[in-house]
Amino acid sequence: MSTVYFTKDHEWVKVTGDEGVIGITDYAQKALGDVVFVELPAIGLDLAQGAEAAVVESVKAASDVYSPVSGTVVATNQAVVDQPGLINEAPEEGGWFFSLRLSNPSELDELMDRAAYDEFLTGLE
Amino acid sequence: MRYLPLTEADRRDMLAAIGVSSVDDLFRDVPPAARRDGPVDLPRHAGELEVERRLSALAGRNLDAGSVPFFLGAGAYRHHIPAAVDAIIQRGEFLTSYTPYQPEVAQGTLQYLFEFQTQVAMITGMDVANASMYDGATACAEAAAMACRITRRKSILLSGNLHPHYRSVTATSLQYSGFTVDALDPDPLDLEDLLGRIDSGTACVVVQNPGFFGKIKDLGALADACHDAGALLVVAVTEPVSLGLIEPPGAMGADIVVAEGLGIGNALNFGGPGLGLFATRDKYVRQMPGRLAGQTVDADGRRGWVLTLSTREQHIRREKATSNICTNSGLCALAFTVHMALLGGEGLTRLAELNHAKAVQLAGKLRSVPGARLLHQTFFNELAITVPRPAAEVVARLADRRILGGVPVSRFYPSYPELAPVLLLAATETTREEDMDQLVAALKECAL
Amino acid sequence: MTETISGSRGLSIEEPLLFEQGSPGQCGVDLETPPDLPDHLGGLRRRQPAALPGLAEPTVVRHFTRLSQKNFGIDSVFYPLGSCTMKHNPRLNEKLARLAGFADVHPFQPESTVQGALALIDLAAHWLKTLTGLPAIAMSPAAGAHGEFCGLMTIRAALEDRGERRTRVLVPESAHGTNPASAAACGFTVDPIPATSRGRVDVGALKAKLGDDVAAVMLTNPNTCGLFENDILEIAEAIHGVGGFFYGDGANFNAIVGRVTVADLGIDAMHINLHKTFSTPHGGGGPGAGPTVLSDALAPYAPLPAVVHDAGGFHLVEHAAGSGLKPCGRIKGFHGQFGVFVRALAYMMSMGADGLRQAASDAVLNANYLQARLSGELTPSFDGPCMHEALFDDRFLKDSGVTTLDFAKALIDEGFHPMTMYFPLVVHGALLMEPTETESKETLDRFIDSVRGLAQRAKQGNAAEFLSAPAHTPRRRLDETAAARTPELRWRPEKKV
Repeated sequence: MSTVYFTKDHEWVKVTGDEGVIGITDYAQKALGDVVFVELPAIGLDLAQGAEAAVVESVKAASDVYSPVSGTVVATNQAVVDQPGLINEAPEEGGWFFSLRLSNPSELDELMDRAAYDEFLTGLE
Repeated sequence: MRYLPLTEADRRDMLAAIGVSSVDDLFRDVPPAARRDGPVDLPRHAGELEVERRLSALAGRNLDAGSVPFFLGAGAYRHHIPAAVDAIIQRGEFLTSYTPYQPEVAQGTLQYLFEFQTQVAMITGMDVANASMYDGATACAEAAAMACRITRRKSILLSGNLHPHYRSVTATSLQYSGFTVDALDPDPLDLEDLLGRIDSGTACVVVQNPGFFGKIKDLGALADACHDAGALLVVAVTEPVSLGLIEPPGAMGADIVVAEGLGIGNALNFGGPGLGLFATRDKYVRQMPGRLAGQTVDADGRRGWVLTLSTREQHIRREKATSNICTNSGLCALAFTVHMALLGGEGLTRLAELNHAKAVQLAGKLRSVPGARLLHQTFFNELAITVPRPAAEVVARLADRRILGGVPVSRFYPSYPELAPVLLLAATETTREEDMDQLVAALKECAL
Repeated sequence: MTETISGSRGLSIEEPLLFEQGSPGQCGVDLETPPDLPDHLGGLRRRQPAALPGLAEPTVVRHFTRLSQKNFGIDSVFYPLGSCTMKHNPRLNEKLARLAGFADVHPFQPESTVQGALALIDLAAHWLKTLTGLPAIAMSPAAGAHGEFCGLMTIRAALEDRGERRTRVLVPESAHGTNPASAAACGFTVDPIPATSRGRVDVGALKAKLGDDVAAVMLTNPNTCGLFENDILEIAEAIHGVGGFFYGDGANFNAIVGRVTVADLGIDAMHINLHKTFSTPHGGGGPGAGPTVLSDALAPYAPLPAVVHDAGGFHLVEHAAGSGLKPCGRIKGFHGQFGVFVRALAYMMSMGADGLRQAASDAVLNANYLQARLSGELTPSFDGPCMHEALFDDRFLKDSGVTTLDFAKALIDEGFHPMTMYFPLVVHGALLMEPTETESKETLDRFIDSVRGLAQRAKQGNAAEFLSAPAHTPRRRLDETAAARTPELRWRPEKKV
């Protein structure tokens, strides 16, 4: 059973056990436009919550992706490096960025669930 | 005034349309303390004839290279520029256009930049090149910083055979970057041990080929040593024509090549504007500074060009950009591209052979100058010699005889007395045999 | 429309790459036969000659002439590209820069043989110092961003000489991207300052961020919204009050030349884009020049070289030792953008003190005329007079289905170069128009008619024609996403069909 959490910087983290898969939200990919380039963290890298973990670029914008929680990088999604368009097509599925082994799961309490994130987005309009 | 089309009647009509009574009203946001009531203390406007007379008088106070025997190099080489080059770069559609941010109305600029990038990659033996930088020296500083980004290391090693301006621009530009720049002492005899100084902290080694003192070197072993240590090799080239005859840095294992492109298509202009060439390997392209033209298709599927990978640049990345550079040397790049197109591969080789042969010829004639000694037996078109008295004095005496007889190395290194006798002499296709004979005859009198 | 067989369309002629033309037997230069002497290459002769095509001169000239015909330039169209100052480039400048006494002079000739060149640098410096009222200048920066770098390096050197290590530089959000990039290159952290609803720097926010760790405030004035920062004296006083320096980005100096004395604004350092204010050509992206004027306090720290004058004539100071200066180093090879100085000086002498002041007045008048006559159809971002450029946002396009980009592309079909789009970032869908003083009222009126007509069409629901614009250019909209996803940055032999 997994649960998805969201940040105000428009990242999501899907947590199963002590592992979290991280990507950017549909809102974020729409704001960026066609993604042309992704830079992912190295496997084994220890990331603190809020640390710059990845870079995502469209033709007109470049944005840092921050780690929603602390942990160690255990996997990265080579598919989005080869086909950055996956992030536009399926941001919360095939367009994931990397996964972490969580070192401090209590940080999840600070994040939003989907309903809270949707409400947060409504507030941005 | 000839550049201002508005008439007094226009101005009145326009002020009325705006709804103000005078232009002064439009400047009302300027604090009164900073407003000027009348013109500053400088001459009033002048017609073409008058301006031409005054500036021609200044130009007349310079001794131009074409009027006398001329042997200067040291990073700026005098070559003949085909007449077609200037005719092309003076076309208003090139001269008066901006950076090609609107590709539908800038395909001309974008296509020549793509051709320029290709030419630079080809002659340096590298995979890709950018659309130019300010000059060779600033390109060198950018290359060193790029090597630090790629290797995530902080230590930059500059050879003593690197042009002194490249050394000082790199050291100055990176002094607050968090990187350390270790510039070795000038090395006229090529004795320095670069290999022994490379360690696990070295981001890059920067060398010049041909070196500042004229020597050509095989950089293969140095490239291997850099790569074994996880460092990059940056090669600077100050004479682009040399690439027509010497094994290019790319073939010797360079990771980044920077060069001064001034010698091709562009006049000396007292040293500026320059044309920075910058080339690297495909895998490093996203760490490369500067603009890039790339190929794509339009809405009808037809081939065209755009500026691309601009997310590296300051207008998007701001303080996180790969460089603060914005303006490049577009028109100088066009001049280079046209000249290189006229040369072609064969012409470039022949031009380089001619340059080298002139230098060999000069080296032979210098043997008859008592006390003059050639420092290196391998060179391209520039020779380092020692003379019996300070080279700066020799050059001054030659200038009195209307001979521009080389560059004294002491000009760059006044605090190294051992370099006082070293004189750099360049020969190009523009150097005639009678110029050499005049130089040699004068040296026999001036150098002793 | 029936497609032509060649793909060309009358004056718009298809032109392949250089590398797809020519043959090995052709060459565009004739060279003398080298003297027959043994080589001194030490076995390092190039094994594989560069695979450049062989082309005779007629082919080369036609190639580049055709390419030129695919470009908009100031010579051919009105080019109201905001913040870029696309004014007429006088041909006298070009003629004089090509005099042998300027063009064919080597940077390392003995001083006695380049007195005219040094005098020219000194004279250009004199004009720039007098026009700004600042006492010193560094001539070597190659462009605006390089001038910013020069100014901030000089400031840092001055601070360190005082024994101070200040870390922050305050930069308004509306600034050009070069400002924060230059500050970062000098090792400073960048602290952004928000704008007010009037399009000016929020002075309260700026003061709240000041402290004894602030090295400098960077301010563009007139700012990138085309507005004069009317609180500038208060800002200058505030930064000086904490011991920091005031850096002026002179990108928009053209609006105030001869009408405002920069020194009276409290500015300590400011670069001047000779390729904007002083009419030297942009050349498709360069070369430019960014001489940087400096206060007395900063002058000793300017990068070398410097031109000085004594009874013996002009001299070039290339080393700190014995100069009495404390330079921050050297930032450019040789002596700066000399060829650009010649052009800028020819322009300054042509215009004179009176003409330069008139140029600033006309530039501001032209921009306000555009703003006044377009405000009925477009939505100006701020009230009140603008300076040299007029800023609109995209509210007038609301619900039309047309974006700022689409609108700009439609202007291309009207025969105008688009305005600057989406900059400054402080307004939504920005359209920034800078007419310059070298445009006639007739040109402005024609432009106004086209812009108003397009705005009406957009509001009338003709989005489709905007989305497909431009239709009358050598290429229609280009796929920038494809270019960035699979970068092709050079021609490669194997691609030849």
